[in-house]
Amino acid sequence: MADIPEDLLRRSAEAKAKALGLPVEQVLAEMKGEAPPTPPEPAKAAPAPEPAKAAPAPEPAASEPVTEPEPVAPEAPAAPAPVAAPATAAADVDVDELLKKAAAAGGLPESLVKRSAEAKAKSLGVPVATILAEMAGEEAPAAAAAPSAAPAPAQSQPAPAPAPAAAAPAAAQEVAAPAAVAVEDKPAAPSSNGGSNGSANGAKAAMVSPRPVAPDANVPEGVRTQRLLTVVKARAIQQVKADPTDKVNTWPHLMIAEFTALLAMTAFVILLSVILQAPLLEQANFNATPNPSKAPWYFLGLQELLSYFDPQIAGVTVPTIIGLVGFMMIPYVDRNPSTKPSDRKFAIMLYTIFLTGSATLTIIGVLFRGEGFNFAYPWRDGIFFDDLKDWVNFE
Amino acid sequence: MANGNTSLRERLSEATDKLASSSFVESVLRPGSPFKKGYSDSPRNRSYVIMNNVLYHLHPVKVKRHGVKLSYTLCLGGLSFFLFILLTITGIFLMFYYAPTVENAYTDVAALSTSVAFGSLVRNMHRWGAHLMVLVVFLHMSRVFYHGAYKPPREFNWVVGVILLLLTLLLSFTGYLLPWDQLALWAVTVGTNMAGFVPVFGAQVKFALLAGAEVTAGTILRWYVLHVLFFPFIIVLFMAVHFWRVRKDGGISGPL
Ligand code: HEM
Repeated sequence: MADIPEDLLRRSAEAKAKALGLPVEQVLAEMKGEAPPTPPEPAKAAPAPEPAKAAPAPEPAASEPVTEPEPVAPEAPAAPAPVAAPATAAADVDVDELLKKAAAAGGLPESLVKRSAEAKAKSLGVPVATILAEMAGEEAPAAAAAPSAAPAPAQSQPAPAPAPAAAAPAAAQEVAAPAAVAVEDKPAAPSSNGGSNGSANGAKAAMVSPRPVAPDANVPEGVRTQRLLTVVKARAIQQVKADPTDKVNTWPHLMIAEFTALLAMTAFVILLSVILQAPLLEQANFNATPNPSKAPWYFLGLQELLSYFDPQIAGVTVPTIIGLVGFMMIPYVDRNPSTKPSDRKFAIMLYTIFLTGSATLTIIGVLFRGEGFNFAYPWRDGIFFDDLKDWVNFE
Repeated sequence: MANGNTSLRERLSEATDKLASSSFVESVLRPGSPFKKGYSDSPRNRSYVIMNNVLYHLHPVKVKRHGVKLSYTLCLGGLSFFLFILLTITGIFLMFYYAPTVENAYTDVAALSTSVAFGSLVRNMHRWGAHLMVLVVFLHMSRVFYHGAYKPPREFNWVVGVILLLLTLLLSFTGYLLPWDQLALWAVTVGTNMAGFVPVFGAQVKFALLAGAEVTAGTILRWYVLHVLFFPFIIVLFMAVHFWRVRKDGGISGPL
C-alpha cells in the first residue's frame, strides 16, 4: 500500500466511498490502515434495494482481501459462516436461472445479458439478481433473491457476491481470446443487413460468440442474424511498438536543417554555373570521330574496365549482373544483423574496395587516358575530358 | 480613418491584417499554419505545423533526434531529391527553347548562351546539377551502406534505391545526347556500344535504344521523350515508394 501514489489512492478512496456511501476520509484512513474499518451505517444498508451498496466492495481488488478490509468484515463473525455459504449457493442457482430466463426473454446471448445486468447492478447499487429478474420480466425480484436478501443486511451481502466472482472468469476468457468478436444474436428478418456486414469485414478476427448461445424458442433457426459489436484484433497489421525514443519536432528542427541544406545546395549550383561554362563542342558530325571518345564520367570506370577485359565481360556482365542485381541483393546476402562497424569489418572492407576501385578507375578514365584511350600523363600530354573543357583550359 | 491622416505604415499593417483574417486566406491556410494570425510557438503548434501541411506526406510530426543531426544522413537523400526538383525546374525552362530535331537541337542549345535571358545560367545549372545528382545519389548510397541502414526492415528500400540509382544514371545519360554536339554524339556512341555487348540480344537492345543501328535523327526524339517524360515519371513513382518506405520502416535507421 505504501508505494501507491497519493493521488491514485485518493481517487480509489473516493470511488469506494461513493459506492459505499461513506465519507471519503474514513475510507482513505482505512486504506492506509490508520483507522479501524467502520461498518456501514445500518440506515444505508437496511433497505432491500440497497444492500448491494456493499457489492462493489469485492471488486477485482478482492483478490487481496487482507489488505482491503471490507466494511462488512467486523460484522462477519456475527453472521455464522454456514448461513452465508448456502445463501451464496442458492443465489448462484437463482442468478443462473434468472439469467437463462432474461436471455430468453430478450432473445440475447446469456453472456451479454449477464454483462449488461452486472453493469447495471453495479451502477444502480442493486443485486444482479434484481436486475436479471426485471429483465426476465418477473416484476418481483423477491421471488428469486429476496427471501435471503430481505430480512437481514448481513445475509444480503453474499447475494451480489457471485456476480463479481463470475465476472472474473468471464473477463479472463476475453483476455485469453483476444481475437474474439463479440456478436449479439438478434431475431431479425433475414433481409436485415445489420449484421451480415460483419462477416464481410476484412479483419482477421473470427466470427465467434465467446460462449454458446442458448437457442431462442421464439425465433426459428436461420432467421437469426448476427450483429457485429466489436472487433478485437489479435495482432495489428503493423507492429506498433512504442519504444521510448528521443524525438524532436520536425518543425522546426528538421525543417530548418533541410531548408538550410536546400539553400546551400542552390547557392552552390548557381555559383558553379556562373563560374563554369557547360561545354558545347562543334555540332555532331558522324564523320569526325574524336580521339579519344569517352563516355560520360560515371561510365568511364566501365569504359576503363572495358579496355582491360573482353567486352562480353566488362560491358555487360560486370555492370548489369554485379552492378545491379548484385547491389540489390546486398541486404539479402548480408544477413549479419549488426550495424556496428566493428561487427561488419568484412562488409565494410568489400564496399570500400568497391568505392576506391571505381573511384580509381574513373579517375584514370578521366585524367589518364589520352589519344586512342591510351595511358597518358595529364601533366605531360594534357587532359582529355571535354565535360570540363572550359575549366581545364581555364587560363 | 475619416481624417485621412493614417500613415502608410498603419494602412499597410491594417491591410495585411485584413488580408490575414479574410475568409480566402482562412480557407488557404490550414489550422495551425505558422502564417496564420496569432500563431504562437508551442509544442502543440509545432505538431500542427506538420500535421496541417502538405509536407505531412513526407515528414512525420516528430523525428528521432539523431536523424536530425546533419552528421548522420548528411542530408544526402534529401539533397538528391532536391537536386531532382531543381533539375525539373531548370529542365522545364530549357524545354521552352529546345526542339529535339537534328536541324534544331544544336543551334537551340547554342542560342541559349546568346539570345535567351539567363539561358546560359539555367543551362549550366541543369548540366552541373545533373552531374551533382549522380554524385550525391552515389554518396547517399555509400552513407546508407556504411550505416548498415539497408538491414531489416529496410532491405526492400535498398532495392528501391538501386533502381533509383539506375534511373538517375539513365536520366543523366539520355540528357547527355540532347545538345547534339560532338561530345554528346560520341559519348552516347561509346555508351550504347557498351550496351551492344549484352549477350544474346545485344544488337536488339542497342537498336531499341538508338532507334536504329547507330545514333540517328530518331535517336534524339526517342531520348528526348525518355529524358523529359518517361524517366522522370518513373523516378517520381519510385521516389514516392522510397520516401514512404523510409517512414514505414521506422524512420531513419538508428545510430551506430
Ligand atoms: C534519386 C535517388 C534517391 C533519392 C532522392 C533518395 C532519397 C532518400 C531520402 C530523402 C532518404 C531519407 C534519409 C536520408 O536523407 O539519408 C533516403 C533514405 C534511404 N535511401 Fe535513398 N534516395 C535515393 C537513392 C537511393 C539509393 C541509390 C539507395 C541505395 C542503393 C538508397 C537507399 C536508401 C535507404 C536504405 C534509406 C534508409 C536509410 C536510413 O533509414 O538510414 N536510396 N533516401
